[in-house]
Amino acid sequence: MSHEASLHREVVTTHEVHHDEHHGHHHQETFITKYVFSQDHKMIAKQFLITGIIWAIIGGLFSVLFRLQLGYPDQSFPILEDILGSKWAAGGKIQPEFYYALVTMHGTVLVFFVLTAGLSGTFANLLIPLQVGARDMASPLMNMLSYWFFFIASIVMIASLFVQTGPASGGWTAYPPLSALGDASEGSKTGMDLWLVAMALFVVSQLLAGLNYISTILNLRTKGMAMTRLPLTIWALFFTAVLGVLSFPVLFSGFILLLFDRHAGTSFYLSDIFLASTQKALPNEGGSAILYQHLFWFLGHPEVYIILLPAMGMVSEILTTNARKPIFGYMAMVGSMFAIAILAFLVWAHHMFVTGMNPFLGSVFVLLTLLIAVPSAIKVFNWLTTLWRGNLRFTPGMLFAIGFVSFFISGGLTGIFVGNSTIDIHLHDTMFVIAHFHIVMGVASFFGMFAGVYHWFPKMYGRYMNNTLAYIHFWITLIGAYLIFWPMHYEGLAGMPRRYLDVSGWVSFNQFSGLNRFISIVSIIVFAVQLLFVFNFFYSIFKGRRVRTQNPWGSNTLEWTTPINPGHGNWEGEIPEVHRWAYDYGKDGRDFIPQTEPVGKNESSH
Amino acid sequence: MMATQLVMEQRKRIHPSKFLLWVAIGSIVMMFAGLTSAYIVKRSQPNWTSFEMPLLFWYSTAAIMVSSVTMQLAERAFKQRERQKYKMLLLLTLVLGLLFVVLQWMGFKAIWQSGVTFSGAGAGQFLYIIAGLHAVHVIGGVIALVIMSVKAISTVKRNYNMVPVEVMATYWHFVDLLWLYLFVFFMLLT
Repeated sequence: MSHEASLHREVVTTHEVHHDEHHGHHHQETFITKYVFSQDHKMIAKQFLITGIIWAIIGGLFSVLFRLQLGYPDQSFPILEDILGSKWAAGGKIQPEFYYALVTMHGTVLVFFVLTAGLSGTFANLLIPLQVGARDMASPLMNMLSYWFFFIASIVMIASLFVQTGPASGGWTAYPPLSALGDASEGSKTGMDLWLVAMALFVVSQLLAGLNYISTILNLRTKGMAMTRLPLTIWALFFTAVLGVLSFPVLFSGFILLLFDRHAGTSFYLSDIFLASTQKALPNEGGSAILYQHLFWFLGHPEVYIILLPAMGMVSEILTTNARKPIFGYMAMVGSMFAIAILAFLVWAHHMFVTGMNPFLGSVFVLLTLLIAVPSAIKVFNWLTTLWRGNLRFTPGMLFAIGFVSFFISGGLTGIFVGNSTIDIHLHDTMFVIAHFHIVMGVASFFGMFAGVYHWFPKMYGRYMNNTLAYIHFWITLIGAYLIFWPMHYEGLAGMPRRYLDVSGWVSFNQFSGLNRFISIVSIIVFAVQLLFVFNFFYSIFKGRRVRTQNPWGSNTLEWTTPINPGHGNWEGEIPEVHRWAYDYGKDGRDFIPQTEPVGKNESSH
Repeated sequence: MMATQLVMEQRKRIHPSKFLLWVAIGSIVMMFAGLTSAYIVKRSQPNWTSFEMPLLFWYSTAAIMVSSVTMQLAERAFKQRERQKYKMLLLLTLVLGLLFVVLQWMGFKAIWQSGVTFSGAGAGQFLYIIAGLHAVHVIGGVIALVIMSVKAISTVKRNYNMVPVEVMATYWHFVDLLWLYLFVFFMLLT
């Protein structure tokens, strides 16, 4: 036993030595190893972020195009035919197949490629080693592979936009039978196959990343960094990774069965349905389309929290730093994130209330769904009490963090509506659902992401972003997002369906034609302002004001103890030791006390 | 608070590679949990057909169980620095792993020839995919065993690091247990 233990210690020592060696070698990097096939977590974070930004522009542009159709269903835009060709925009009108492809790809791109890979890929990579005090991830190679799997997935998904029959168009959830039958629609042909391949590669990327995040957080914390001293960002990213590692494989199973149904003639999801396009009944028997929905939403619901939790963590960190006050209820924050992570796995069927599910089963899912309101309310309460009587510094990051809280409240409240199976009978598949999840998950997470980018940009590039452009970006996006999504609640309550190409055939929805035009105009303005952010981002990388101090925000966490432009290995000397939690702001008459400072003799404990 | 700190301090003593493997195992378990629960849901649908478990699967089960024992013995031999024995046992595990995959393939063919194909619906379709995915995981292990055997046989570099052997053994026992679970699952719920 003692023999084994001593050997074990030996192994651990070699590991440390290895890291130091690595650190010593960083000046030998070539362009390829530094910027392309980099194993430095900070560079990989930037790669994820910039790829995410490109995807966000593409996905956002899709929404502008289909908003044109929704806002102006009876007008034609000849320029669209010039750009997109006569197949997709004949006569300057967006064709139905193209419209469905646009909404499908908008969902897929934004949910997976931007708000999963772009958000947690960026900030988990950047912040985990820096904030736990590690030289790099547990496995830098796996980390690099994770980005490149994401990159290949991106290439395949981009390629699917250019195939003759168009990209997948059966909705971002890819429900069979539409997604399982090539004959069902144009987008169910090659586009759907490429979609599945891209998503499978994406799952691999997320698994590699998640494994790494978890083992880095649990194994590579610096001396003194107990779990209870971790910044809330790291806790949030930890739960995010756990959710991903446990739920993405289930989605993968679902995709494998779908691929076999598409190409091998199996009957997992397909049954003997009659197909109008071929005038024949399928040879399949006994398949269940609902089975796919179970497998999909078992990932799909945790996915919501995979998107939201990193934003929550970053917002907690940014709010407390810029309120110059300790976070209110640290353990309650950790506990509520834990509760959210558990409940995330127990509520998936609330996406399926109207699939003919047993109403008694539905009521269980209603109960579990509404339970999420409890940890969510705790978190909102803690954010507001952190802000209460703080010395607020309204940096762009802070404004976006406050904006996040605002959207999380607004969107969370409508979750109580749609979480009830009875109200959901009326509201499902209406614009109300669109409004709900765009505010609570889409816009809120985007605000968390913007907050993170503005706040950690000095750490990423050693420069600041332009504040004036940031304030314009913030106010127009905040007001614009409410103007876009708030009216959709009314449309949804009136019964206006989502995903429809044109609702002008219904007399009852004609009252909304002005409103739809208004939403479309605001969408275009808000999209244009996001380009302003993109400009600010890239301009500031090269021309932004230089960061002169190591710790520009007066922050306690470890990333601000590294040099202004840290090399691979992060700290030049020893990794600093941690003596306290990350939230000693405004304590004992001092503005802030970094985590590296030992607890003084006469200091009160938190 | 103190208790969690203590637990975390102890957890730190797990080597990162081993920890990585355990998390990966959790992830693989979720994939098969997804598939087997799909099987349970699907079984209650109409037109469900079952298949006859071929004798070959009993042989393959025996092969993978024996290979688990040889892997364990290989790990012990490595720890006791008996290199010759270690090499032999590692190669034996590798051969048994390959034998398992071959027997599975023959088993699939036997079932396919008995008329259980991709057409229609039923347990057979799930078996091909679930056991096929399991075999892919075994092949992954076999590739790792090949690399380890090459390293063990080459005289260029002597390696006394136990971590790779332990990680390999854990993974190998895992795929063995996973197959036992699947085998019992398919026999009980046809």
